[in-house]
Amino acid sequence: MNVHLNRRYRFSASHRLHNPELSDEENRDCYGKCNNPHGHGHNYTVEITLSGEVDPVTGMVCNLADLDGFMQSKLIERFHESNLNQDEFFRNQIPTTEALCRRIFDQVEHNFSDAKLERVRVEETSHNAFEYHRAGKRFQ
Amino acid sequence: MVLMSRRAEFSASHFYHNPNWSEEENRRVFGKCSNLNGHGHNYVVEVTVAGEVDPRTGFVMDLKQLKEILNHEVIAPFDHRHLNKEVAEFAVLMPTTENLAVVAWRRLAPHINQQGTAKLYRVRIFENTDLFADYYGEPGA
Repeated sequence: MNVHLNRRYRFSASHRLHNPELSDEENRDCYGKCNNPHGHGHNYTVEITLSGEVDPVTGMVCNLADLDGFMQSKLIERFHESNLNQDEFFRNQIPTTEALCRRIFDQVEHNFSDAKLERVRVEETSHNAFEYHRAGKRFQ
Repeated sequence: MVLMSRRAEFSASHFYHNPNWSEEENRRVFGKCSNLNGHGHNYVVEVTVAGEVDPRTGFVMDLKQLKEILNHEVIAPFDHRHLNKEVAEFAVLMPTTENLAVVAWRRLAPHINQQGTAKLYRVRIFENTDLFADYYGEPGA
């Protein structure tokens, strides 16, 4: 029985969308108010989808305490109440939520092996959400 | 093909405990969920069916029938029950969110799949807003 397990986490962070290779005017045209000079913040929600066979002894795809421990210590605490532009992840990348989504996917993919990562969804606000799916995976 | 989803809620209690393990092992694996007095959740079950839209009715499936099946097979037997003690499947299966999705699928699929052309596509069980499990059945089943 292959089941998908979905878990949501929250953090609050600030960012500023600004490309140093563009002029100030081009940045304003491209990023609008997200380019305001001192940045702004969001309450982000991260949704992780893992798949795997249900263990017949525990009834679990993977132990939630282990997943929560990994996500909190490696990602959520890292981002919570931080400025994403200062994070090493975004040294050479603009901290859009698309980029954040991909970073989180790669971190979980490479460092958490208890179940197969299928999808990462990041909600920047209740109106904006971004998803990164395993390559070749049909959207579900 | 169009997907149609219907949600319903049930409130139930459960615990996770393996009688073949020591208390320490149960606590290590299941944490607070191993407390034998149980604890409860307001669950949400979301059933998704897939099918062609009937040109006469405009429906993928008659929603009244879907509601009836969902109520009869899942909500009535699970709501305000202790899942470990009062739902037969969980006498031998841990009532995790994952297994709830599988058990609900097995209860719903035969009834949904004999109505018209729509087929059960997914069962999603929310234990709370931050934890939910999806079951799509077995490939080729």
